[in-house]
Amino acid sequence: MPIGYQERPLVPLDVGDRAILRPDQLSGILAALRGRGYTLLGPTVRDAAIIYAEIAGADDLPVGWTDVQSPGSYRLAARPDGAFFGYSVGPHSWKATFHRPEITLWQAERQGDGGFTIHEPAPETSRVALIGVRACELAAIRIQDRVLLDGPFADPHYAARRRDVFVVAVNCTEPGDTCFCASMGTGPGVESGFDLALTEFVTDTEHLFLAEIGSGAGAEVLAEWPVDRATHGQIAAAAARTQAAAQRMGRSVDTRDVKEVLARNLENPRWEETAARCLGCTNCTQVCPTCFCTAVHDLTDLSGRTATRVRQWDSCFDRSFSYVHGGSVRRSGMSRYRQWLTHKMSFWADEFGSLGCVGCGRCITWCPKGIDITAEIAAIRAADPS
Amino acid sequence: MPTKAPRLAVWKFASCDGCQLSLLDLEDDLLAVAGAVEIASFPEASRAVGPGPYDVSLVEGSITTPHDAERIQDVRRMSRIVVAIGSCATAGGIQALRNYQDVKEFVSLVYAHPTYIDTLATSTPIADHVKVDYELHGCPVNKRQLLEVLNATLNGRKPVISPHPVCTECKRKGVVCVMVARDLVCMGPVTHAGCGALCPSYHRGCFGCYGPSDAPNTAAFANSLAYHGLTSEAAVRLFRTFAAGAPAFREQSLAIEESGARPSMSPEAGH
Ligand code: SF4
Ligand code: SF4
Ligand code: SF4
Repeated sequence: MPIGYQERPLVPLDVGDRAILRPDQLSGILAALRGRGYTLLGPTVRDAAIIYAEIAGADDLPVGWTDVQSPGSYRLAARPDGAFFGYSVGPHSWKATFHRPEITLWQAERQGDGGFTIHEPAPETSRVALIGVRACELAAIRIQDRVLLDGPFADPHYAARRRDVFVVAVNCTEPGDTCFCASMGTGPGVESGFDLALTEFVTDTEHLFLAEIGSGAGAEVLAEWPVDRATHGQIAAAAARTQAAAQRMGRSVDTRDVKEVLARNLENPRWEETAARCLGCTNCTQVCPTCFCTAVHDLTDLSGRTATRVRQWDSCFDRSFSYVHGGSVRRSGMSRYRQWLTHKMSFWADEFGSLGCVGCGRCITWCPKGIDITAEIAAIRAADPS
Repeated sequence: MPTKAPRLAVWKFASCDGCQLSLLDLEDDLLAVAGAVEIASFPEASRAVGPGPYDVSLVEGSITTPHDAERIQDVRRMSRIVVAIGSCATAGGIQALRNYQDVKEFVSLVYAHPTYIDTLATSTPIADHVKVDYELHGCPVNKRQLLEVLNATLNGRKPVISPHPVCTECKRKGVVCVMVARDLVCMGPVTHAGCGALCPSYHRGCFGCYGPSDAPNTAAFANSLAYHGLTSEAAVRLFRTFAAGAPAFREQSLAIEESGARPSMSPEAGH
């Protein structure tokens, strides 16, 4: 059944209101965001994938493209319609936007008197609009906020980059084979943490978006357009699309007592079997939108007069990660794989009040060995003696 | 800082000179290096060769002749710190392919007067012959890393050289994995970082020229190669390029040869 679009005179829209937009209006909204000084970061086709990068506007979106994902495999594929958001999440996440892969923390300079001065560069700020953020990604941002922002020691660099952000979210209607957000309770519909949330309708005869207003900033941007206020029928149709997506999800995790099951199975033989396949390549942790671990390094200039401390993304899959005086704590691949999975799906709950996985499936698709976190959890559960 | 500039020497054994060139390629930083050390011996750059002892010796190349096996002992005796640079000096280089063959046969086929040729049966890294203080991998070494090793050595600190696999560099740069998205064979998961994921950045699989990473699971990697359509001969060749003599790659290549057939593929994983 067509959704239908009917232009109406400008009406004030408020938080929680929903409107129907045409693609040209959405393009206009993106342009308006740029006009307000936002750098647009959004999905675009590059290097054989749909990645996140700076985009100029709607023309840069992956129109005509989708992806086919499975464990260890990602392929771009053409799609016949003109959908703007007809794909599931790709290799990049918004983590790189807020929690940069590498930053300089401070520099120290020797003084003539034998002392030294410390210079801390001001954290870089940016005014960014994220376009096409999925529910699982909003959940991941919330988790990183909890870790890097909300604790007693907020990371000033993360905080500075998180401050001025406009979020155009998208309700997922195209879950992939490696997705399992429905079972993690993080998607496919977005519930909070956005300024505008879109549901895309694309058929042979119409291409429309239902836009939900999530904030005053979102209402302001939309107020510039003579948009169509959504009817109950249209709102129900959008909800149905997201609900259908929840049914089509490629994978799932049984999260009932997963925390306890993993915690009591640290000696399960499955860990060794998986470690025999795991390359220790770190890809799963780097693509994961919640993994936040870093290492710091101290560098000097040739003369030894200045020292620089840099911070880089690190990974629990590298032996150097658990290096303390005298050697690494986690020497075997088994202990490293087990650390990763049990942290995500068990001990995270004690530390941060939720599981550390949002079910985005990136670690499954982007593992060169196709090791599947959902299958691993199921195997441990199946072998759970109690 | 020491009052007298530390004396630097650069040595060449069996190699292509590419790693030494990385030093000359430092451009502006080379001037800073020249200001921080006395370049006492660097035949590639200057004919003026100052006598030992040296504070730091950079050694390029592998040991392939009886003469070189003696010469490296002299270098060690004359040097306070020995840094082996590049895949030849750290793993025997591409010429370590001879370690898998009969060198006498090569010599008789290639040279008109084989009796003039005095060569060893193997190409071996510097550390097989003398104590090496630091090994910098790469073919050629990355000039920024070379500068970092010199810098750290002069400042008495540990060089900041990541022991991670190349994949880490891909992900920090946002490079889309060529193995997952293009079905290319990429040695990155078992290869030492340092190049900045150069080949994957240009849509090529990593050739493994930096040699094995810190804790490579080469067996698991070899099992994936059949999935990517490689015969066992091709899989063996993959492990035998610039770091053919590195123990982890050598052992894996021999294991594939011994197992004969195509590497097995677990149906559950597919990879
Ligand atoms: S653990 Fe895997 S599925 Fe879960 S959030 Fe991280 S990358 Fe996504
Ligand atoms: S689980 Fe996969 S991506 Fe993660 S370290 Fe192991 S092989 Fe690499
Ligand atoms: S392209 Fe190669 S080095 Fe880069 S992540 Fe993929 S497997 Fe690793």
